[in-house]
Amino acid sequence: MSSVDLLINNVSLPDGKVADISIKDGVITSVAKDSKQQAETVVDGSGCVALPGLVDLHTHLREPGREDAETVLSGSRAGVKGGFTAVSAMANTSPVADTAGVVEQIYRLGQEAGLLDVFPIGAVTQGLKGESLSEIGAMADSVARVRVFSDDGNCVSDPLVMRRALEYIKKFDGVIAQHAQDPRMTVGSQMNEGEISARLGLKGWPAVAEEAIIARDVLLADHVKSCLHICHLTTAGGVEIIRWAKARGINVTAEVTPHHLLLTDDLASSYDPVYKVNPPLRTEADVMALREALADGTIDIVATDHAPHPTEAKECEWQEAAFGMLGLETALSIVQKTMVDTGLISWHQVAERMSYAPARIGRYEQQGQPLVEGSAANIVVMNPTQMWTVDRDLVLSKSSNTPYHGQQLPGVIMHTFFKGKHVLNNGVVAQNGAR
Amino acid sequence: MRHLLSIADLSKAHAISILDTATELARVSDGAVKKLPTLRGRTIVNLFAEDSTRTRISFEAAAKRLSADVINFSAKGSSLSKGESLKDTAMTLQAMGADAVVIRHSASGAAQRLADSQWMSGSVVNAGDGTHEHPSQALLDAFTIRKHLGMGGSDLSGLSVAIVGDVLHSRVARSNVLLLSLLGAKVSLVAPPTLLPIGIENWPAAVSYDFDAVIPHVDVVMMLRVQQERMTDLFFPNAREYSRYFGLNSERMSSMKPGAIVMHPGPMNRGLEISAEVADSARSVITEQVTNGVSVRMAILYVLLAGGALEAGSN
Repeated sequence: MSSVDLLINNVSLPDGKVADISIKDGVITSVAKDSKQQAETVVDGSGCVALPGLVDLHTHLREPGREDAETVLSGSRAGVKGGFTAVSAMANTSPVADTAGVVEQIYRLGQEAGLLDVFPIGAVTQGLKGESLSEIGAMADSVARVRVFSDDGNCVSDPLVMRRALEYIKKFDGVIAQHAQDPRMTVGSQMNEGEISARLGLKGWPAVAEEAIIARDVLLADHVKSCLHICHLTTAGGVEIIRWAKARGINVTAEVTPHHLLLTDDLASSYDPVYKVNPPLRTEADVMALREALADGTIDIVATDHAPHPTEAKECEWQEAAFGMLGLETALSIVQKTMVDTGLISWHQVAERMSYAPARIGRYEQQGQPLVEGSAANIVVMNPTQMWTVDRDLVLSKSSNTPYHGQQLPGVIMHTFFKGKHVLNNGVVAQNGAR
Repeated sequence: MRHLLSIADLSKAHAISILDTATELARVSDGAVKKLPTLRGRTIVNLFAEDSTRTRISFEAAAKRLSADVINFSAKGSSLSKGESLKDTAMTLQAMGADAVVIRHSASGAAQRLADSQWMSGSVVNAGDGTHEHPSQALLDAFTIRKHLGMGGSDLSGLSVAIVGDVLHSRVARSNVLLLSLLGAKVSLVAPPTLLPIGIENWPAAVSYDFDAVIPHVDVVMMLRVQQERMTDLFFPNAREYSRYFGLNSERMSSMKPGAIVMHPGPMNRGLEISAEVADSARSVITEQVTNGVSVRMAILYVLLAGGALEAGSN
């Protein structure tokens, strides 16, 4: 009997087989039935599912600039609690992550927190203004090794700027993650344009404002033969365009957020800004189309668009409130509720859409690896048969703008292992960098 | 009933009882002593976070005729203009012991936010929230229509009303569509396609782009104000063209049914959506709408704060 650092006993793998997972020096050393190994720490995985550590391609950590809403550390803790072993820090910080200096700062803050990998996303354009390219090469070659570039929060709306960005990133094996929102069609927009916005007197945000940009950009990506990723797809029409583009062989990937898989625009009837989000909640028909597209692979990944905001940014009139909602701590539960418990996808496909595929798109080494011997020990262990109740006062994020407060959700995350470190133990997050 | 936020919260019986109460209260207003002691000792705050003269003074007159104490809290010169949040304002009013807050606000849903929050406990009356609703205006419009054209019944069945103009941005239109259809009237919305909301299909109203085709068939033409800022935002080529298709002038008025009336919630853009001749014509009931506004708002405050409708004949 050999000795390992950690042993997860009797856990269900994504393919449904039950095995023991042994970990030594941050690496999975064996995945086998009845391994009979000895370990310093033994975790009972009975009744639980083990998944490769989740990878979020779209996270707002707010640091630097809005540390009152979230920090790299508090966001890391929320991520670990949600089963993530990697998050991607969006560039719309203050200062904007448009230079090597800022992305390296965020990268180092992630390393200091030591709870998961924090991969900074670089801005496409200086100051997110959509006018001139940011220092894409310097960010790519920096310690942070940035490969994903996005002006998220803003759309790269000028077609020439978008074309140049798509072309330029080919040198760095990069990808442009587009926030698809035509700015002219959405001046002052508050919610999905349709029956509900007409009744509520809130300015509409038409689906076509999203779809027109997606259509343009898949054509641009085709023309310059580059990699395009569409952030937070929300409409049935957008799904059709992505499906068409993929069938044509265009190198495009797409993400959907957990909230767009569950919530609909009628929630705005309360005028409670906790439901105000960019892009907006859409209709039931859109939700069903998104679920179907995620199941058939038209949509590649789930990404949280975790967007913390301080209380005062939401405790006000709808039109004054900030856009965005928390996502890290509830993502896996929402995916279980909308996709797994409904029979649309298996746990194996959850692993693909929440770990393997986002790591591939982000070029994140050591992430998104299958649970086999030799892989980095990034693992989440969750109990899919247990329910829990979301309480905004108990979230680990610094902010409390969760739209699920009071809701019962399936799937309790018990353990998260990051490079073999036991960063979430029975639902409790470890201190910085502890084992 | 604790709040008046949207016409959608009213049943037909509720709406009729407010109109009936207003009829009774109008009799008081016509008398020598215009005041009732009903709300003596109660405090009503007019929280006007958006400029408005007629609605504010109408609510103020209504509250005073019911003997309530009235506090006016307007945007200019108050803490609202210094960036105080709605929450802090509401908590201040709560601390002052407001029994009711009449709120006018540029944000749709502001009245509902106030009512649903834990920030204050008094009644909330929506005096116009953004482009959402303006329920007291719709009630006074229904009251005016019933007084002029009501066929003896308590509702508006058998009547046909055209609402003409910027429906997209109009809280008056939204409240009136709900209320007039609730009371049995047939409602037609007439506007350029750019000023009709996407998603209007399920509203209890017909839609037309052709004012001339609609006008001979209706008992009421209700004109909506065209805001200055619409002129420059591509909704129509220019004011003259708007006026040509959707303005109410003497010529168009001549095709109205005998006895049909012209309404406008004010303030009017004379020469744009309504010509001076029409506004001052015998068909116009526009100043009477203002008079009726006070009685209807008395009725709203009466129902919310005195706990029930006023029975006919009582005083």
